[in-house]
Amino acid sequence: MLKKLHITCNEATTICDKSQYKEASFFEKIKLTLHFLGCKICKLYTRQNKRMSGLYKDKSAACKNKINYLSQTDKEVLKKQIKEFKV
Amino acid sequence: MLQEKIILNPDKWIDNYADYLFNYAVVRVNDSDLSKDLVQDTFFAGLKSAKNFQGKASERTWLVSILKRKVIDHYRKINSKKGQAEVRMSFYNDGENEGSWIEERVPQSWDNASEKAIENQELKTQLDNCIDNLPEKYALVFRMKTIQEFETEEICKELDITASNLWVIIHRARTQLRKCMEDNWFNN
Repeated sequence: MLKKLHITCNEATTICDKSQYKEASFFEKIKLTLHFLGCKICKLYTRQNKRMSGLYKDKSAACKNKINYLSQTDKEVLKKQIKEFKV
Repeated sequence: MLQEKIILNPDKWIDNYADYLFNYAVVRVNDSDLSKDLVQDTFFAGLKSAKNFQGKASERTWLVSILKRKVIDHYRKINSKKGQAEVRMSFYNDGENEGSWIEERVPQSWDNASEKAIENQELKTQLDNCIDNLPEKYALVFRMKTIQEFETEEICKELDITASNLWVIIHRARTQLRKCMEDNWFNN
């Protein structure tokens, strides 16, 4: 049982990353909490990771609403290519 | 009940679908030139296989399904590219320290963190630089998951990867990004 609960720093930080997207399972969260008891580094990683998530969220908000359009020139080129392709 | 069969009309493809397909590609690969190429390839592939179009799906759905294949092909290409900048590992891969932090990659406390406001153009530029420094494959998956906020299942389906594969990539990307921001922003 104890062996099942023991995880490495690599596994702990992977769970921490997963939980940033709210996709860590309940059992994973338990293992992570237990890991924190003996590991200050991963605890620090988690604190900083949350901060990074905040930055990503801001970036996401700025990017997600942007719609990308092809320029008229690019469209003309494409039209020409399609015409040539069909001939 | 008989459904009307949809007939392809390539003369209208650019006006009707070019922007939609282009945006679809940019959102995934985050590269305008590459997206133009993918859209062009999609139209060409569409013309080539027009005779296979059964008229069951809409023209747009059909073209998007071709573009999806193009995105997967691109992902496979960058995934197999040899000699590309590999992500720096943060943990020992084997030996008795397997899974533990490599000393020089251990997170340091961010002394200046509170002074450095989040709403700051320089910070955004630095973050972009760090994301651009990731190996292409990591950047692509990271952007789809974190910036475009796609569902895990959707990314796995679109790139034909497993969920555990996705989390390994996300984990490596995030540890590398944390380190990059620590070195170039928080403790700089």
